[in-house]
Amino acid sequence: MVPASFEVVDKRQDTADVWTLELAADSGEPFEFQPGQFTMLAAGGAGEVPISISGDPDRPERLVHTVKAVGLATEAICAAQPGQMLSVRGPFGRPWPVDEAEGANVVIAAGGIGLPPLRPVILRLLAQRERYRRLLLLYSGRSPDELLFTDELDDWSRRGFDVLVTVDAAGEEWDGHVGVVTKLVRHAKLEAGEVLVMSCGPELMMRFLVSALTAQGIGSDSVYISMERNMQCGIGRCGHCQLGPTLVCRDGPVYRWPEVSPWLTIREL
Amino acid sequence: MRTIDELIADSPVFAGLEPAQLEFIAGCARNEHVDAGVMLMREGDPAERFWLIRRGVVALELYVPGREPLVIETLEPGDVVGWSWLFAPYRWALEGRTHGDAHLITFDGVCLRNKCESDHDLGYALMSRFAANVIDRLQATRLQLADVHGNVAATT
Repeated sequence: MVPASFEVVDKRQDTADVWTLELAADSGEPFEFQPGQFTMLAAGGAGEVPISISGDPDRPERLVHTVKAVGLATEAICAAQPGQMLSVRGPFGRPWPVDEAEGANVVIAAGGIGLPPLRPVILRLLAQRERYRRLLLLYSGRSPDELLFTDELDDWSRRGFDVLVTVDAAGEEWDGHVGVVTKLVRHAKLEAGEVLVMSCGPELMMRFLVSALTAQGIGSDSVYISMERNMQCGIGRCGHCQLGPTLVCRDGPVYRWPEVSPWLTIREL
Repeated sequence: MRTIDELIADSPVFAGLEPAQLEFIAGCARNEHVDAGVMLMREGDPAERFWLIRRGVVALELYVPGREPLVIETLEPGDVVGWSWLFAPYRWALEGRTHGDAHLITFDGVCLRNKCESDHDLGYALMSRFAANVIDRLQATRLQLADVHGNVAATT
C-alpha cells in the first residue's frame, strides 16, 4: 500500500514527551476511519511506526495522532513542525465495537498513553449519547503531570461521562484519586449485566483490570482491549505482529478479551 | 437513624458477619466527623485505632525527608484505614490525613483486639477479612511497583 503525504497543520505538546499532531492530506481528501484504527506513520527516513488515531471520527478532514516520543521514529514524528510533510498509510485494523455497545453501560478504561486510541470512541459515544446508558471513563496515569487531555476531561464529564481519574503517586496538591485502576473499578459501582468495556493501556494493567471486573460480576467476554505488537506492514503480510494464531494489524488491534488472553501470559510470545 | 452495627454491615470488611458479632464490634466504635487536613495517624506512633470511611477521602502519605509528603494511596467510602492496630508492634507504618471533611466510624483497636482474644470465632472472622483486604491492597501495590505507565511500548 503506497503511503500518502500529509502536512502537519497544527501541533500541541500534551506532556513532557507526548505531542498531538493534526495532519491534512496533501490531496485534500478527508481521511475516513473508525474509532480504534491506526495508521503507519513516518517522518523522513526515521522509519514507520503504527500509531493509533486520536482524532474525532466525525471530523475526517483532520487526521489526529497523539504520539509519545520513545524511540527514533516517534521522536522524529514528535519533532515535526507545522508545514512539514509526513507519510501515512492506512487506516488499518479492527475498530472498537461501537454498535455492539448500543443500549449498554459502557466503560472506557485507559492507562497512560492508552487514552489517545480511546479518544475517538469517547467522542463518538458522546456524539450519539442517546444510544447508550451509563458512560464511564476510568483513566489511570503515572502522575498528575503525565495525564493527557486534561483540558477535555471536564467537557466529557459535562456531556455525559462519569470520569474517574487516578494516578500512581502524587504530591499534596493533587486532590484526586491515588492508586491503581482496579481501585476505580471498585468505587465505580458498576452494575453487572449489559456492561461493555473497552480498554487500552499497559497489558499488565489490563490483566489486573479484567480480574477486578470479574470480581464485580462482569464477564471477561464483555471486555474489549486494544493490543500493541510490532506491526510493520499493517496489512497482515509480514507476520511481525503475530500473537498466537492472530496477526494484530489485521485481526486486531481490538480484540475481545477471551480471544487473546490465553496468549498474554506465555513467555516470549 | 441507623445504628453503628447496621452501618458497618454494609462495608466489605464486615459484610457477612453475624448480627451478634456486628453488635459486639460496634461496642468498640463511634461515629465521628473529622475536619479536612486532620492527621489520623502518624508514622511510628502507637496504633490504637482504625477507621471505616463513610464519607470523604483519607490520603495515605509517606514522609520523605526534604520533600513534600508523597501520597501513595487515597482511601474512600467503604475502605478501612489502618491495619497496624491488629499486628505487633502496633505502630503506624504510614501517615493518614483527611482530604476534605470526612465522616468516619472510629474503632478502638485495643478494645477490639481484646474481644478477639476472648472470642476466637470473632477473631478468626475478622482476621480473615482483614487478610483479604491486605491481599487486595498488596496486589494493587505490586501493580504500582511495576510502574506500568512508565514502561511504554515504542508503538504508541
